[in-house]
Amino acid sequence: MDFGFGINRSSTIDLTKTDNGLFRRVCSEEPGARTCMACGSCSATCMASDLSGMSIRKVLLAMQRGQDIRHMLSKCMLCGKCTMVCPRGINTRRLVLTICRLYD
Amino acid sequence: MIYEGKKKIWSDYQKEIPDDHWYYVRSCIRQNFFPASERMFTEITRGVLGRDIYETPHHTTCGGIAYHCDTIPQETAMTIVARQFALMTEAGYENYAPSCITSFGNYAEILETWREYPELEAKIREDLWKACRREFKKPKCLAHSSDLIYHWRDEIAAKARFRLVDRETGDALRIVEHIGCHYAKMFPSKGVGGAEYPYVLAGMIESWGGQVVDYPERRHCCGYGFRQYHVKANRGYCVGNTVKKFESMEPYHPDAIITNCPGCPYFLDRWQYVMAEQTGRTYGSDGFGIPVLTYEELAGLVLGYDPWDLGLQLHQVAVEPLLDKMGIKYDPQAKYLGVDRENLMRPQLPEHLKCF
Amino acid sequence: MKENVVIIGGGIAGMEAAGQLLSLGYNPIIVEQQDHLGGHVAQWHRLFPDMIPAQELVQKLGESIAEANVFLETRVNFVNRLSDGWNVMLSNGINIVCRAILVASGFTLFDASRKEEYGYGVYDHVITNADLEAWLNGSADRRVPFRPESMGFVHCVGSRDMKAGNTQCSKVCCTTAIKQAIEMKERFPDSNVYCFYMDLRLFGKKYEDFYINAQKQWGVQFIRGRVSEVSETMEGRLQVKAEDTLSGRPVKVQLDLLVLMSGMVCNEHSSRMAGMMGLDIDSDGFIRSRDNEYHIVESNRPGVFYAGTCTGTKTVPETVCEARSAALAIHNYLKGR
Repeated sequence: MDFGFGINRSSTIDLTKTDNGLFRRVCSEEPGARTCMACGSCSATCMASDLSGMSIRKVLLAMQRGQDIRHMLSKCMLCGKCTMVCPRGINTRRLVLTICRLYD
Repeated sequence: MIYEGKKKIWSDYQKEIPDDHWYYVRSCIRQNFFPASERMFTEITRGVLGRDIYETPHHTTCGGIAYHCDTIPQETAMTIVARQFALMTEAGYENYAPSCITSFGNYAEILETWREYPELEAKIREDLWKACRREFKKPKCLAHSSDLIYHWRDEIAAKARFRLVDRETGDALRIVEHIGCHYAKMFPSKGVGGAEYPYVLAGMIESWGGQVVDYPERRHCCGYGFRQYHVKANRGYCVGNTVKKFESMEPYHPDAIITNCPGCPYFLDRWQYVMAEQTGRTYGSDGFGIPVLTYEELAGLVLGYDPWDLGLQLHQVAVEPLLDKMGIKYDPQAKYLGVDRENLMRPQLPEHLKCF
Repeated sequence: MKENVVIIGGGIAGMEAAGQLLSLGYNPIIVEQQDHLGGHVAQWHRLFPDMIPAQELVQKLGESIAEANVFLETRVNFVNRLSDGWNVMLSNGINIVCRAILVASGFTLFDASRKEEYGYGVYDHVITNADLEAWLNGSADRRVPFRPESMGFVHCVGSRDMKAGNTQCSKVCCTTAIKQAIEMKERFPDSNVYCFYMDLRLFGKKYEDFYINAQKQWGVQFIRGRVSEVSETMEGRLQVKAEDTLSGRPVKVQLDLLVLMSGMVCNEHSSRMAGMMGLDIDSDGFIRSRDNEYHIVESNRPGVFYAGTCTGTKTVPETVCEARSAALAIHNYLKGR
């Protein structure tokens, strides 16, 4: 039967069913990743961010919520500026490389 | 679940409900959706319980639907409501009982607004006088008609011919209670039991022998939400919310849902067909849906009225499994016969949702 | 004959002030409603940031006031203004004439059941920060599951909440939540622990280290969003809904235990006291200091002084410091300085 409309899917992130295994594996190698307080300094200074939507803050969050991050990671130019500004001293450059290595 | 904790909250949200002499106003849409419900209210309250319930044909819409759809300003809705109060005053009544939840919310909101802004009330009184030369007193008590059935629930239980109990197993039937959003979410103190754990329908279920199902999405809207449904492009959102509720309640295997709102029973009932057609999913047992009843229909069943006189043949979801469990006798051949055995014609049956 | 100073409230503020007044040569008289000294702190398990047992502090303070007069399970029935002092009538029939009164009547923990949507007192596994401290102290609580897989802490319950009538920040709950999250992780290392916060306010010495530790060592997950509603699932777990403001999307999660960080509100006893002595009440509902910058321990009435949380939300070290300051202020007042 075509009603001319569908059934909207819920947009809720169900944490009980979310697989954040990648985030936990990344953190076992880069414990600093857990100390992000989402201040946004990384995205604010990122060369790629403005044009491509790349954001370390969003990558860290998306991993914890079990969402796909490949589209963001591939935009990183590994310049290291975010590492320089992070108030929590997270080695973000190495973090990106670690995530890429663990992704597959 | 700590039942005592709920009882404590219920005791905090009890409202004074006068026992007699009510000015009753019908809903715009309920008589189309569930044709016998409001008639059953007057029949039960006057005939069975012997109360004085007054109605007037001069009553109109309260303007609530238009107000919530954002198509009329609140002052207009207020003047319409002022006229309803004038009719009540002229009839010599002080207790006002709307049958519609949105009306009830609308009246509560307007009375509260006037309490906070008396100058607005004065302006509306003036507008009403200019428009139709009427004056009004504000009701002493505003109660939804489900509050009244709640108030008289034990009297109904004492006269009941059937109980919300499975005749074969002796178990209490599992009933989902769904409260219209405008009942107490805006003004928790105006609802029996408050907004988080409303008791108005739960009290009826308990009094009539059933068991209340408390499921995680109990507070969620039925999906109707005026602008969701009335704009076709938003209907997917509307039914998406309904899906959320049914997915959440299904594991409890409810035997029925009862509601106190005009829209909720309609959408909870009809959307079961839409969900079944679109996804093949049904939520009752053996391919049936979960029957959805208004509280008047449920009161009627408990008191022993014929299900077809209650208009249950106009429900999308088959109510027969519920009738069988309660041990209510009915004539399957008479289902689609109307008043004076006029043939209402058999509807086409859906593909996925099992109906008779 | 040593001069009397009546101290209303035998929590840590009253105790510390009494100890100081003793060594300054006065006769402090503590009037306490409860059957024990130490107030809320006496029920607490460990104190941040060094995690010393709360009992240790209460015991130390107790030793310092061994010489003081203490009336337990006693209320102040009435206070009269005399020409050069106050007459305090106690519920045990004793009258005390004094020139100085110290109000140290503390706070009340916000009644979490008022936030009906969280289901405290309705759902089987919802407790408060105080309940958890009592459990950590060894008292049995059936609401705490034997082996919780997931648990959550809700910050700001009854604090920064217009609807609950308390707009103030209770100051200590952020750190307490993190402290308790770590304590639970120590007991249940495999569990998921979520903190639902609006802002994390970790202003005190070493509080930030606590936060970093919770993130780095314990993997506590911080979700920036206020919990909107809690329900119980068929299995008796809790379904918690919030908005994850950082994702910009709603989240829900099933938990085995939910801890509500009830905030501090002015207690009914303080308001009664204020009424009897003609003390001003501040806009946050607490008793009003002469000003909130310089004269924190002083009141608008002669000879009436304050210490601790009767004038606002405070940490343990702040309360203790204030008590010392109040003792000195009383000393100066009585010496006519």
